[in-house]
Amino acid sequence: MKYAFFPGCVSQGGAPELYPAARMVCDRMGIELEEIPGWTCTGAGVIQEKNQLFGDTLNARNFAKAEQMGLPILTICSTCQGVMSQANHRMRNPEYLAEINSHLAEEGLEYSGQSEPKHLLWILIEDYGLDKLGALITRPLNELKIAPFYGCYIVRPTEALDIEDHPERQQSLEMLIQLLGATLVDFEGKTRCCGFPILTINQRNSMAMVGKHTSEVKDLGADAMVTPCPLCHLNLDGFQPKAASQARRSIDLPILHMPQLIGLAMGMSPNELGLKRHIISTGPLEVKLRGR
Amino acid sequence: MDVTIRVKRQDPEAGDERRLPYWQDYPVTIADNATVLDALIQIREDDDGTLSLRCSCRSAICGSCAVRINGHAGLACKTIANTVVQDGVITVEPAGVMPVVKDLVVNFDLFWEKIEAVDPYLKHMGQEPEGEYIVSNDAMLHLSGVTACIMCGACVSDCTVLEVDPTFLGPAALAKAYRFTADPRDGDAEGVSMERLWALSEPTGIWDCTRCNECVQACPKGVAPMDRIMAMREQAIQAGYDNNNGARHTDAFTESVGHSGRLDELRLPIKSVGMMNLPALMDYMPVAFRAMRRGKMPPIAHKNVENVDAVRRIFARTQPEPEAAKVSNNSPFG
Repeated sequence: MKYAFFPGCVSQGGAPELYPAARMVCDRMGIELEEIPGWTCTGAGVIQEKNQLFGDTLNARNFAKAEQMGLPILTICSTCQGVMSQANHRMRNPEYLAEINSHLAEEGLEYSGQSEPKHLLWILIEDYGLDKLGALITRPLNELKIAPFYGCYIVRPTEALDIEDHPERQQSLEMLIQLLGATLVDFEGKTRCCGFPILTINQRNSMAMVGKHTSEVKDLGADAMVTPCPLCHLNLDGFQPKAASQARRSIDLPILHMPQLIGLAMGMSPNELGLKRHIISTGPLEVKLRGR
Repeated sequence: MDVTIRVKRQDPEAGDERRLPYWQDYPVTIADNATVLDALIQIREDDDGTLSLRCSCRSAICGSCAVRINGHAGLACKTIANTVVQDGVITVEPAGVMPVVKDLVVNFDLFWEKIEAVDPYLKHMGQEPEGEYIVSNDAMLHLSGVTACIMCGACVSDCTVLEVDPTFLGPAALAKAYRFTADPRDGDAEGVSMERLWALSEPTGIWDCTRCNECVQACPKGVAPMDRIMAMREQAIQAGYDNNNGARHTDAFTESVGHSGRLDELRLPIKSVGMMNLPALMDYMPVAFRAMRRGKMPPIAHKNVENVDAVRRIFARTQPEPEAAKVSNNSPFG
């Protein structure tokens, strides 16, 4: 299996532990990743609020490059997934697609409109197969209680994400947690907003969201939360101490990137998966894993 | 079809434990094409007359029966029960954010206060026309996407910001505001709603939205409130109201990607709060130090993507015409 890899800015910027962890896990699964040369940011929904045409053209450029490679796109970011899917959804309009292609022509690129970018989470279930992944689990995470946190853009709006054709996408993270042997800590906030998009705009509200979700899960007895979205990770992990002080309580809930959780179940060490780079210590969780 | 309707009930005025929320199961046999509202009415008529709910038209027109079904807001009358059964159960809760009056009935005061706060009527600032206002078909067709709102409160129920901050204007009122900022008759002679856009750019307005898409998903009429909020951000920036963190964030983000192809994560927060805003910058220092200690800082030297000139040319070519913002449709779904 080979994919055109779209890592997204954050996996090489604010959450640099994600990129190598994703590559290691894919490597173990025999999923070959060839990075799209010169890929650009999707716009993260931010560019789209100022200039949708520019944002969508950037996405079409990435899609066209992947088409030149002859490979389907794999991403490891929920936000990128959503923005790409929404851009793709708009480009189903042939006139809009033609307008976008007119801006790509200069670079010798043309997008067919046929690309179907997929998050690694979806690929594991739809293309790779949970059975195959299950066979690679050498250290089931039986001791751990894990809560899912999706990130808005991989669950909404369902129309752009083809949820009707793939209803399992709405349960994908829970399915994965259970496959890896961990106990699922389900909670209503799993599909809500982490607050990251308003971090610099209304920090108080952003921290209230971080505090609400992480403390709810902590109080349910979870050892960690897992997310397929590096932007959620930035807020839920990086800003959790600030959120805790705003909430006037301790939280200390480790937040894992999805590939890190898979890697742990494959027997990889916390160090090589970059757990040391997290702001909230994963120490207690590692002790639990070692203690058998 | 046999199904259990699991209703979250509460009677805040009760003298016993019923004043706190509790779940009650109602096993019912309903027709295969029955709606969730049909099931609820059947329960009230046949099983339990004390169950309170609000409904009227049963046709997704009146907007009375918005509740949370399996955790997400929607109209009970527009939801076919057999499409939402999970393991033989459908959970029904009152709409979120607004206080419960009893069972599935919530108090809409907060909803209406916010609608009133955006001055929901035309405010023409230029000279009155001698005859009637002439507006294009396109402009009116575009507005019909917003005027489709039936004020059911589903978007308000599921808004992730209102959940933590009741001062936010919220999706319904902001969509209503867009109905005027996008109306050529509102605002100055060019149809630019300067006053509104100024007020909406203040805290609790358009920049407080997290872009989480909950309202887009919840709206039973395709109003897509969040997309209207994004369109108003574009209008506000074009109108010159860009001296706030939200507008600076959007500008800095777009410039960064337009210049280098990727996001400069190190400089974005600095540009968003303002280079000279020392208190805000100091506020980020503990977070930055913690990140640095863990080797999590984005690279100091931000690199350009391969063939960055192509990206810069696309950026230059896709700049909007100054007057385009008024009728721009930011909604992917009409």
